[in-house]
Amino acid sequence: MELKSFFIYLAIMAGSTYLIRAIPFAVIHKKIENRFIKSFLHYIPYAVLTAMTFPAILYATDYVLSAAIGFAVAMLFASKGKSLTTVAAAACVAVFCVESLMVMF
Amino acid sequence: MRESFFRGVKAGIPIGLGYLSVSFTFGIMAVSYGFRWWQALLISMLTVTSAGQFAGIGTMLHPGQYIEMLISQLTINVRYSFMSISLSQKTDEKFKGIWRWLFGFMMTDEIFAVASTEKEVSRSFFAGLMTTPYLGWSLGTLIGALLGNVLPHRLMSALSLAIYGMFVAIVMPGMKESRAVVMVVLLALGLSSLFYYVPALSFVSSGLAISICAILAALAGAALFPVKEEA
Repeated sequence: MELKSFFIYLAIMAGSTYLIRAIPFAVIHKKIENRFIKSFLHYIPYAVLTAMTFPAILYATDYVLSAAIGFAVAMLFASKGKSLTTVAAAACVAVFCVESLMVMF
Repeated sequence: MRESFFRGVKAGIPIGLGYLSVSFTFGIMAVSYGFRWWQALLISMLTVTSAGQFAGIGTMLHPGQYIEMLISQLTINVRYSFMSISLSQKTDEKFKGIWRWLFGFMMTDEIFAVASTEKEVSRSFFAGLMTTPYLGWSLGTLIGALLGNVLPHRLMSALSLAIYGMFVAIVMPGMKESRAVVMVVLLALGLSSLFYYVPALSFVSSGLAISICAILAALAGAALFPVKEEA
C-alpha cells in the first residue's frame, strides 16, 4: 500500500474517532435538567453494555458451550456483588477449564 | 488526588488485560493484510477503538475510498458521543477545559463503563483508569504484529471473555437495584439478538447495531420509567 494513502486513511480514522468522542465531552458543561434526557442518559450505559455483550459473548471463545458457561459464571459472581476483576477472572477461568475438559474427552 | 489516580489504575487493570488479547488479534490481522508492524501500532495508538480499527484496515486495502471510510467510522463510533454526553454529567468541577479535550481521546466502551459506575468522576481517577488500557492496547498490537501467535491459543480464547465478564459485573448490580434497568437490559438484549440473528438485518455493521439497540432501549426506558429527581 502507498504510504501517502495510508496516512490519509489514518488521519480520517483517528480524526473522526477522536472528534466524535471529545466534542460532546468537552462542549457539554451544564448539568442537563430535562428529566427525559436525564433518564435516557441514566439508562444508556446499561443499554450499551448489554447490546455489546449479547449475543457477541457467545461467539467470543472457541466454543459456544464454553462461552455460555463463562457467561453463566460471570452472572453468578456478579449477582453476589463481586468486583469487576473477580468476575472477569472467574469467567476466564471457567472458559479455560471447560475448553480443557472438552479437548480431553 | 494521588489516591484516586491509583484507584483508577487498579480499576483499569482488567480492561488493560482484556485489551491486550483483543489488540493482539488486531496486530496479527493487520500484518496478515500486508501492513507493516509500525503501521498497525500507529493505528492502535492513534485511534484506540476495536470495531473501528478492524473495519478500517479492511477499507484501507482499497485505494481512494476516503468518504466511505469517514461514513463507516462515524456510524461505528457514534455510540461514543452518547457515552461522552453521559459522562460529561458525572465529572467533578476540576475535570473541564483542556482535560476533557485530552482525556476524551480515551472514551472507550470499557473505560466509559467503569467510569460510569463512579458517583463523581475526577480527573485523576480518569487519568489512572485510562493508563493500563492504553498501554495494553498499544503493547498488544505491537506484540501481535511482531510475533504473531506466541500465547497458547486456549489462553487467548479464555482471555477474550474478560471484557464481557466485566460488562456483566457492571450491569448486574444495576439490575438488582431497579426493575426499570432490568426492562431496559432485556429490551437491549432482544434488539441486539434481532440484529445478530435476523438475516435481513445483518447488513447493519455491528458498531452501528450496538448504537441503534442502545438508543432504542434507553429511549424506551426514559419514556416508560423516568428517573426520580435527585433529592
